Amino acid sequence: MGRFRNNDSKEVPEINTGSMSDIIFMFLFFFMVITTIREATLYVRITPPGATEVQKLEKKSLVSFIYIGPPMDAQKYGTEPRIQLNDQISGVRDIAQFIEAERNARDEVDRPLMTTSLKADRSVKMGIITDVKQELRKVNALKINYSAAKARDVYGN
Amino acid sequence: MAKKSPTINGGSMSDISFLLLTFFLLTSSMDTDTGIARKLPQMLPPDAPKPEIHDRNVFKVAINFRDELQVQGQLSDLSVLRDMAKDFLANPSSDPKKSEIKIEEIPLLGAVPVSKGVVSLKSDRGTSYEMYIKVQNEITAAFRELRDELSEEKFGVKFADLTRDDQIEAIQDAIPLTISEAEPTNAVITTGGN
Repeated sequence: MGRFRNNDSKEVPEINTGSMSDIIFMFLFFFMVITTIREATLYVRITPPGATEVQKLEKKSLVSFIYIGPPMDAQKYGTEPRIQLNDQISGVRDIAQFIEAERNARDEVDRPLMTTSLKADRSVKMGIITDVKQELRKVNALKINYSAAKARDVYGN
Repeated sequence: MAKKSPTINGGSMSDISFLLLTFFLLTSSMDTDTGIARKLPQMLPPDAPKPEIHDRNVFKVAINFRDELQVQGQLSDLSVLRDMAKDFLANPSSDPKKSEIKIEEIPLLGAVPVSKGVVSLKSDRGTSYEMYIKVQNEITAAFRELRDELSEEKFGVKFADLTRDDQIEAIQDAIPLTISEAEPTNAVITTGGN
């Protein structure tokens, strides 16, 4: 009897922490995968308008963004609202080319599902928005999304 | 006998990965983009025939460069726009000045009244985007509430909570999202969003 009993069993065994790093690394990779680092640095200031009837923008990989707002660098670009495509301030005429480039970057099956998100500042006037919309119609990019923040009511509270 | 290589102390490894983890936790932006979805009308050739819409079926909304709202020819306020639009489209009192209603047979729903009404939205180049979105929001809300009402009556849940595609389509057929945005020259119907 007592043949299997270890003599020094009263000591608490140390917990092996070697696998802890593996667990943490797993967390790390999870966060790395779901993280979306902002693709474009903004050169225009955008405070989206509030709305209550907003929907989530789905399939982010199929969304192209058009930013419209007053430039941050007023000395270089002035104070009038400008359009930003990708990483630079552009004009209305560059939109067709931009959409074409975005289309070519996607699979053919996904192209009809592509959406253009208009991220415009709330102070922008409709003139420039109308111009952009006309330009999008010309290149047949008809699915659009007016970017708006979810607000409790439209008065912004 | 070969010298035993010293074991590397792995205790600090978890500290390092924790640091990386917190870095990614802080930099990751889980914010989801939200917005109002719309579908633009196709560019028509200039000689294309204009769609004929009976004047009675058009709910006219206009915003001027001072962000003043005009509904059906009268100066109005944002707070009443939603109810006016709903009343116009559903026309429960069969008012001859409001939109026509046609009873249609729709699968899953049976015979339901389908409004022929179209919301016409006109904005000025000087209208602020914020006001425009507010008006779009109210119009969207009017359609959404009508859809919710029908959906609750037929299926017992709100339109946004419907899961079956055929049910969603049935409601969309019964209450189509008909918003027409006037261009500088002519009006073209925008249908869609979803």
